Amino acid sequence: MTPRLQTRNLCHSFGGLAVTQNVTLSLPQGARTALIGPNGAGKTTLVNLLSGAIRPKSGDIQLDGRSIVQLPQYARVRSGIVRTFQISRLFKDLTVAENVKVAVLQRLRASMQWWPSPARSARVHDEVHETLGMLGLQPYANRVVGRLALGEQRLAEIALALAMKPEVLLLDEPGAGVPQGEGGRIMSAIESLPKDLSVLLIEHDMDLVFRFASHIIVLVAGAVMVEGTPQEVAANEQVKQIYFGRDGHHAQHSH
Amino acid sequence: MSAVIPPMVMAVPPRARPWTQLRAEIVLTLAGLLAFALFPQDLGLLTNMATMSIFALSLSLVLGQAGIATLGQAALYGAGAYVAGWTALYLTADPIVGLLLGGLGGGLIALLSGAVMLRSTKLTLVMLTIAVAQLLLELANWARWLTGGDDGLAGFEVAPLFGIWEFNFMGHTGYFYALGALVLVFFLVRNLVDSPFGLTARAIRQDPGRVQALGGRVYLHLLAVYTVGGVVAGLAGALTAQTSKVANLFMLDFTTSAGVVVMIVLGGTRRLSGAVLGTVAYMTIHHIASTLNPYHWLFVIGSMLIFVLIVLPEGLIGLLDRAAAYARRLGRKGGAR
Amino acid sequence: MSFALLSSVLVDGVTYAMILFMITVGLSMTMGLMRVVNLAHGAFAMLGGFLAASIPQRLGVPIGLGFVLAIALVALLALIFERTLLRRFYRRDDLDQMLVTIGLMFVATAAVNLMFGSSVTSVALPEAFGGSVDLGFRSIPRHRLIVVACGLLVVVVLWFAVDRSSFGIRVRAAVDNAPIARAIGIDTTKIYAATFAIGAALAALGGIAGAELLPMEPTYASKYLVILLAVVAVGGNGNLFGSFFAALLLGIVETSMKYMVPQLASAAFFLTMIVVLLLRPQGLFGRQA
Repeated sequence: MTPRLQTRNLCHSFGGLAVTQNVTLSLPQGARTALIGPNGAGKTTLVNLLSGAIRPKSGDIQLDGRSIVQLPQYARVRSGIVRTFQISRLFKDLTVAENVKVAVLQRLRASMQWWPSPARSARVHDEVHETLGMLGLQPYANRVVGRLALGEQRLAEIALALAMKPEVLLLDEPGAGVPQGEGGRIMSAIESLPKDLSVLLIEHDMDLVFRFASHIIVLVAGAVMVEGTPQEVAANEQVKQIYFGRDGHHAQHSH
Repeated sequence: MSAVIPPMVMAVPPRARPWTQLRAEIVLTLAGLLAFALFPQDLGLLTNMATMSIFALSLSLVLGQAGIATLGQAALYGAGAYVAGWTALYLTADPIVGLLLGGLGGGLIALLSGAVMLRSTKLTLVMLTIAVAQLLLELANWARWLTGGDDGLAGFEVAPLFGIWEFNFMGHTGYFYALGALVLVFFLVRNLVDSPFGLTARAIRQDPGRVQALGGRVYLHLLAVYTVGGVVAGLAGALTAQTSKVANLFMLDFTTSAGVVVMIVLGGTRRLSGAVLGTVAYMTIHHIASTLNPYHWLFVIGSMLIFVLIVLPEGLIGLLDRAAAYARRLGRKGGAR
Repeated sequence: MSFALLSSVLVDGVTYAMILFMITVGLSMTMGLMRVVNLAHGAFAMLGGFLAASIPQRLGVPIGLGFVLAIALVALLALIFERTLLRRFYRRDDLDQMLVTIGLMFVATAAVNLMFGSSVTSVALPEAFGGSVDLGFRSIPRHRLIVVACGLLVVVVLWFAVDRSSFGIRVRAAVDNAPIARAIGIDTTKIYAATFAIGAALAALGGIAGAELLPMEPTYASKYLVILLAVVAVGGNGNLFGSFFAALLLGIVETSMKYMVPQLASAAFFLTMIVVLLLRPQGLFGRQA
């Protein structure tokens, strides 16, 4: 079966610095793939390339076998590829419900409407609250995002993406900055994602990674160093070197 | 705040009760009528306030809502004025036709210039808006045969409104014409701002990249907002031309663009009512200060601007909001006892 | 085009360009360094001219000394403005920064009118500047030659200052990356203040030098604002040679239009600005954002 999303020899560089080197990966339908690697490995750049925020220097990206590398960002989003941001990019002066509404309006191609019919408004309203419900954000619906705690902001970030009803979801460190205790909510949110949604998760939190992933890709210096099942990756000598160093301590950021 | 919120709060805000919905427009109408009753000698000034308020609304939409930084809005205002003048001179003296064509003129210039400019951002965009407005001014100056050059376009007559009400030296018709237009435009723009179109514009102001990552076409949306803003500014220009019977180069000047920006900053950029409030405040001060010495006016307005920027960033409307919130808190405390 | 016309265009165009350069180089540096658009920059040129016109009489000093005092006074006023007001806006929105400088422009215009009256004031020049110089193919007013020499001197001095001196290195570091510059101990606060003041001083010099072509009047600041912005926009922010060449380009374009199709001279000026900004938003010599 054709994978949902795949890349072939994807390459990108900033000036003279190669940040993505011959990356070939594929996400099947219903994928639960984690993308890990040291800071600066180029994980977010890869997400930027997949989502269309930047154009690669060479290589191909295919959605359901169709090349999309020439498609601009908005077209990719409309084809179902949605990403979240490592640092929440929410609309600070708007409420949580309004934030999600912006996304829903985009999905329904209703963002230019000046005088929506009551039926239309009701439909948008229902979708907004359905999405909020998925992440337990109902109590915060009318809270201005600027006043939310970080944990709720990260959930709202995911809500924006889910409101787009994606086919392929690229989650960039959804748990970033969330204090230890609150990570559970993010985890359960990710676990309750639709089964046929293909998810690529960037994370540093290894507990989250091993709980979530059925496949792990390790990215180092822009290139895929190793990939496989969680067990295979955990047993890999090179991976151990990167994550645990020579002394066996966490060389990665600990939280 | 309770974590359990009754389902009622989640209901869609009903469009059911129109009179509460039209609160702002009703207040505006009443204020306009009151002003007419209180200052019958100053109808010229009041009419100007109404037309300038419409101009300020256009900028409030473009800058306050969508975040398009422009110091060239006068280009669209002046365009509307000249189109209204030409309509009266060469087409028909009917004011409504001139008004609508003026709006169209402003909208067209906005569409054409915006299409070119709105791919740029921030600083470059501001410079471009200034340059485009200045270019238009220079072209208008050069086309003396069309615009009257330095002397401006004058001598056009405006037919009675709806065939009934004459525009005469008493200024009654002019005032109610402008006031009526203001209330109508306010209603339309407010609906626009509260609509999905307006919400998306606000989102774009705060983070255009995020809207793009949600599949939004930011450039097109901004162009749409800018064009609507152009229509409204054009309407304002047309009204000014029709009520003062003149269209001149000053209406295209940088000082006019800067002036309207100051007006909405004074009143508060984020709210439409701020635009009206700011305009009234600005023009009142202008009226008082300039009877003293024309340059004192500049001193006062410059200082006020600096003061508002440092002390009152939300503008006068922010001050009113805070006062209202304070009053509400006092009321609540009293009620709780 | 006849040789006489060409030489006139060049002489007048280059003179105009030198004036524009001297006035705008400070604005360009400020925009590149602090990313602040000082819409009141023209006011510095205006104040310089007005003070230069009045100080020699009021204090009874020789004209040359009067010029120096005028420039110094403008620099001082600029410094005060930067420290008390502008500084509060560095972290604020671009538009708010522009607005506070608009406020300053209004206040400066009003102040100038109060102190010097509302009519055009001429700046008396030292005797030595008068008369003409015969270049063989034509004669040029000595004053214009001095303006051109002045402009060239300024660009050379600035080039040495920016490229060679330790102050220049610190300025360039701060332009390049302010947080890192601060991290390595560069006092960006002092750099901003100094650059702003020097820019104002140069503007004052340009105003005085250019008082013949751009006469002194209270509306000076707003009247020429758009032209000043055009030069900076075309040249690119914070770029010395960019300012210089942009001034030359725009100055010569407008002057040649003045000789050929005078009514469209200004329109041509702004059209050039628009075209450049669209093709290269960072200006001809600016760095890609």
